[in-house]
Amino acid sequence: MDMTRLTAVGLIQEYERKTLSCLDVARGYLDRAEKYGRLNVFVHLDGEAILSRARALDAKRASGAAMGRLAGVPVAIKDVLCVEGEPTTCGSKMLSNFRPPYSATVIERLLAEDAILVGKTNMDEFAMGSSTENSAYGPTRNPWDEERIPGGSSGGSAAAVAADLAPLSLGSDTGGSIRQPAAVCGIVGLKPTYGRVSRYGLIAFASSLDQIGPFAHDVADAALLLGVISGPDPRDATCVDAPVPDYLATLDEAPRALRIGIVREFFGAGLDPEVEAAVRAAIQVYEDAGATVREVSLPHSKYGVPAYYIVAPAECSSNLARYDGTIFGRRSADFSPRYPGEDKLPPIVRMMMASRAEGFGAEVKRRIMLGTFALSAGYADQYYNQALKARRLIRNDFDAAFHEVDVLVGPTSPTPAFKLGERAADPLAMYLSDVYTITANLAGIPGISIPCGLTKAGLPIGLQLLAPAFAEESLLRAARVFERAGDWHLKRPPLA
Amino acid sequence: MTLTPEDVAQVALLARLRVSPAEVEMFTEQLTKIVGFVEQLNELDTSNVEPLAHGVEVFNVFREDKVEPALPRAAALANAPEHNDECFIVPVVIE
Repeated sequence: MDMTRLTAVGLIQEYERKTLSCLDVARGYLDRAEKYGRLNVFVHLDGEAILSRARALDAKRASGAAMGRLAGVPVAIKDVLCVEGEPTTCGSKMLSNFRPPYSATVIERLLAEDAILVGKTNMDEFAMGSSTENSAYGPTRNPWDEERIPGGSSGGSAAAVAADLAPLSLGSDTGGSIRQPAAVCGIVGLKPTYGRVSRYGLIAFASSLDQIGPFAHDVADAALLLGVISGPDPRDATCVDAPVPDYLATLDEAPRALRIGIVREFFGAGLDPEVEAAVRAAIQVYEDAGATVREVSLPHSKYGVPAYYIVAPAECSSNLARYDGTIFGRRSADFSPRYPGEDKLPPIVRMMMASRAEGFGAEVKRRIMLGTFALSAGYADQYYNQALKARRLIRNDFDAAFHEVDVLVGPTSPTPAFKLGERAADPLAMYLSDVYTITANLAGIPGISIPCGLTKAGLPIGLQLLAPAFAEESLLRAARVFERAGDWHLKRPPLA
Repeated sequence: MTLTPEDVAQVALLARLRVSPAEVEMFTEQLTKIVGFVEQLNELDTSNVEPLAHGVEVFNVFREDKVEPALPRAAALANAPEHNDECFIVPVVIE
């Protein structure tokens, strides 16, 4: 048995039957991570710490102690999440030497359930990007085609699961950064409702949009991990005090009279024909399973990307103001005046400007500039406030649609994985990778991407399902209806 | 709107980003293109629409006013580029 092909649920069963030890499993995954180092999935992997954690968990089990819900399950962590004392770079040179003094709430919850943290995964710098090419530590490669991007910004976490370097991983999703990489890597990725999962210890990009969520091979594993990380946290006031159902236990209850909505606006220009064909076939699977399928309209969808590219940069320009070379992060060694006018600035201002110029990459600078512009005197009303009003209209569209249907189904990403470098020179083309995912963040609702096909060239295609706020239980069950009817979730990349 | 290199240089100063003349030129072109794209939002009549700052609106979250341990000073200082036993050290603020 190749333990690295097991799901988390399968692995837990093997542990309970005592056919595997945590140490065997940890060694198996570390060997595989070494073998596929060329994919550049991990920015930090401490083999000794992983083995010693595995030994401690084996000892705990041998002592007869009750084990946590993720006992011995390796979970890879996007490098946007703080782990106390461990390097946490956020894909940036700015934080190349940063070791957080505390752990994120989700990390504490994983550890409390006896998970094994297996490495920090690569990502677009400060989670800004759709390809993981914006990492200061080089791009991650898509396990299905190593000349292609793994999606982003959580590309390392998606590739980790796709390449079986971990059965589970965590990512963060601000405009599609879990769902789009899940789609192009052929796995399951879930963005929970805003406020379902604590953001404490998640390095902030756009605080009203960011949400942490799971990657997995199948819906059951995603349900398991979601259940562990969800729930209120006194350290995050936006984390909602709503009960956390046992997502895994109810997963296979067939939804009663499932009503599916097909969003007319998600099938327009720009959608790859092979992606469209796979998604239409998936919709047929729902019809065959007895679901009611009807077309619905989200008339303000086209304003999602423009509204996002005001709201997210505005919040980012404020959140990233903290990286100024004073409290933590990079400080420039040379901040003497360099360009015209700088000689008139006080040394501390020059120090901040030089440190930020050195520490941040081009996309982060572009978004900070855009956000600063959109919030600056004379423009805030025209751009920022108008974007917030468009955001209300986008959410109203979803509210209306969810009066008619239980879930919305469509493509996750308009295209399969594109080639490394293909969109690097054109920021706007890159932004349109998130055209179907971005509105869920603006509206705060949960969404999941599940594998639903492969192109003729063998590239994965993702099916996106969206549900009302806090309806993760029905979202997962609806996803399971499709998964059960086929075997897309069992496909693995042809890695040599 | 079309941003000028002067606009971009002013935004860079507000954002505390040192930019080279070549970067000013690049950002002027790119930001003009992106701002032109987001100006689609002006097609919308939003005169009777309330802005939405959070997708899931939560109001008045209270907790007990209880003293909890804070981050120890040494831990707070540990990641600073320059510090002594009790302070962050920065370049001259006022000459």
